[in-house]
Amino acid sequence: MSDKVFYAMYDDDDVLKDGAKKIVAKGVKVNEVFSPFPIHGIDPIIGVKHTRLGIMAFLYGLTGLMLATIGMRYFMIVDWPMNIGGKPNNTYLQNILAFIPVTFEFTVLCAAHLMAITYLLRNKTLPGRKAENPDPRTTDDKFVMEVRLSENPKFSAEEISAMLKETGIIELNQKEIN
Amino acid sequence: MHKEAAIREPLILGHKTYHDITNDVCHPIEDKAPRMWYLLFTIAAIVGLYGVGNILYLLGTGIGTWGLNKTVGWAWDITNFVWWVGIGHAGTLISAVLLLFRQKWRMAINRSAEAMTIFAVFMAGLFPLIHMGRLWLAYWVLPLPNQFGSLWTNFNSPLLWDVFAISTYLSVSLVFWYIGLIPDFATLRDRVKNPLSKRMYSLLSFGWSGRAKNWNRFEIVSLVLAGIATPLVFSVHSIVSFDFATSVIPGWHTTIFPPYFVAGAVFSGFAMVQTLMLIMRKAFRLEAYIHTKHIEYMNIVIMVTGSIVGVAYLTELFVSWYSGVEYESYAFINRFSGPYAWAYWSMMTCNVFSPQLMWFKKLRRSMLFTFIISIVVNIGMWFERFVIIVTSIHRDYLPSSWSMFYPTPTDIGVYIGTIGLFSVFFLLFARFFPVLPIAELKTILKSSGESYKNAPDDHH
Repeated sequence: MSDKVFYAMYDDDDVLKDGAKKIVAKGVKVNEVFSPFPIHGIDPIIGVKHTRLGIMAFLYGLTGLMLATIGMRYFMIVDWPMNIGGKPNNTYLQNILAFIPVTFEFTVLCAAHLMAITYLLRNKTLPGRKAENPDPRTTDDKFVMEVRLSENPKFSAEEISAMLKETGIIELNQKEIN
Repeated sequence: MHKEAAIREPLILGHKTYHDITNDVCHPIEDKAPRMWYLLFTIAAIVGLYGVGNILYLLGTGIGTWGLNKTVGWAWDITNFVWWVGIGHAGTLISAVLLLFRQKWRMAINRSAEAMTIFAVFMAGLFPLIHMGRLWLAYWVLPLPNQFGSLWTNFNSPLLWDVFAISTYLSVSLVFWYIGLIPDFATLRDRVKNPLSKRMYSLLSFGWSGRAKNWNRFEIVSLVLAGIATPLVFSVHSIVSFDFATSVIPGWHTTIFPPYFVAGAVFSGFAMVQTLMLIMRKAFRLEAYIHTKHIEYMNIVIMVTGSIVGVAYLTELFVSWYSGVEYESYAFINRFSGPYAWAYWSMMTCNVFSPQLMWFKKLRRSMLFTFIISIVVNIGMWFERFVIIVTSIHRDYLPSSWSMFYPTPTDIGVYIGTIGLFSVFFLLFARFFPVLPIAELKTILKSSGESYKNAPDDHH
């Protein structure tokens, strides 16, 4: 299906935010915003849901904690118990103080790395990937708002471009995609 | 929205735009390297290679080439290890703890401080590895299934905790640093002209496009990483101090070691950041981003942590007397009056006296004074570790095994070599990587930039 994409370019983050508010109020769906740095407050306007990566980090941390506990219990209590200064080591609980540092480190190790990997995968930012920002200036000082015709069936192409032009843009590019 | 109290000094001086920030940070990378860079790089590489040569000689011949003896079994190697780990504490502290406290001034220094952290921890990790003597058996520190029984590593030992602490710290710092670098590599990718550089930054930037959702995730990942890196920073040097504190050696067997080591680490780390920053802001003309206020903030941290370290020294002395344990008392009396008194008093002068001068506003805002003190502090912190390690063990329980430690050329060569290698890494970083976080700096331009701060309220 052929589609028409509008790239409205701004030179200020606040102007883009106001513009997005205006056209969203009129019922236009903003598909994407490309910016050189995080624009605070843009997410609720264009309907980007808050990420759940924080919850994942917690679960990854729990995984690390569990693995460390299972591992150390097996190494130190079950498989090769050591008699250190005649102190009891029959159960994991009796020796748990000595295991806290490694448990903590391993929890952090798992939480941090697995979260970072998830982050890269979900963003689809991986070594060898091609950049997808519509204009190289969006990593410098320009901000681009993307609106797709197919996602706004209520409006015609002319209506959309007219509405975008009222929001303080500096450039408007249109692209046909198939 | 972007307002901040007017009495706060601006963090970005002059009339900068978003584009100026990009230009100012990217120019040193795109321009030809100055002759000074080549000169410094050559010197650093020669010193680093000399260190590599010494390490190879050490590995080929054995650690008998160090000046260790039966009584002093740990000396320069562990001193250097703790010194480098300590220096490596500033980076993650700046980026993680200061992020949690919403300290915006960190953005001028966090990128290079993190780089410094990573390179310093590389250098630190080298010492326990070569101290093993048989580097090729280093994998024995990991709990791997093996044909010896199967014999596991001892999870009761602080030395093994150290393995986990240092490797976690190194890898998590690396991830934290790289996640922040990705958007800035994208900025470089989109502006460099040279096709080779374009390919390189393209590869490094992982195809970052700056979508709203990506930035949403970026902010949460940074925040969560900061949240878990903060206890990590404190745990790492606590665990390093357990190497000593859990032993039964008078002078090491001290319960205040963990907080005292952490404060000392922050102290030396910030001093190293000052040394590097003061050179870099001049060389790269970044005076608008790293200015007097940033230097002053860091000096205040140095002053506070220096005072904590000073209190810890005095507490140690008091408790050794108050405990009534004659071995403890002797260890400390010997420290300040024995054959290593010169090391003890150099440590006291550098670490306790010199940072107190920062109470004077004129001094803590002076670049030259800060530069000198930052070097003095790192000399002092090296002596602190030397004093703790060597003076505590050179007087054994049996006077017949009393001894002294004299460094050999290999001891000195390996130590100087790590400074060279560290400089090589840092110079390469400064040449090819964005030394300031471009994306993050742009987020504070409107709230803390000079031209926006006191302008009439035309933005929100």
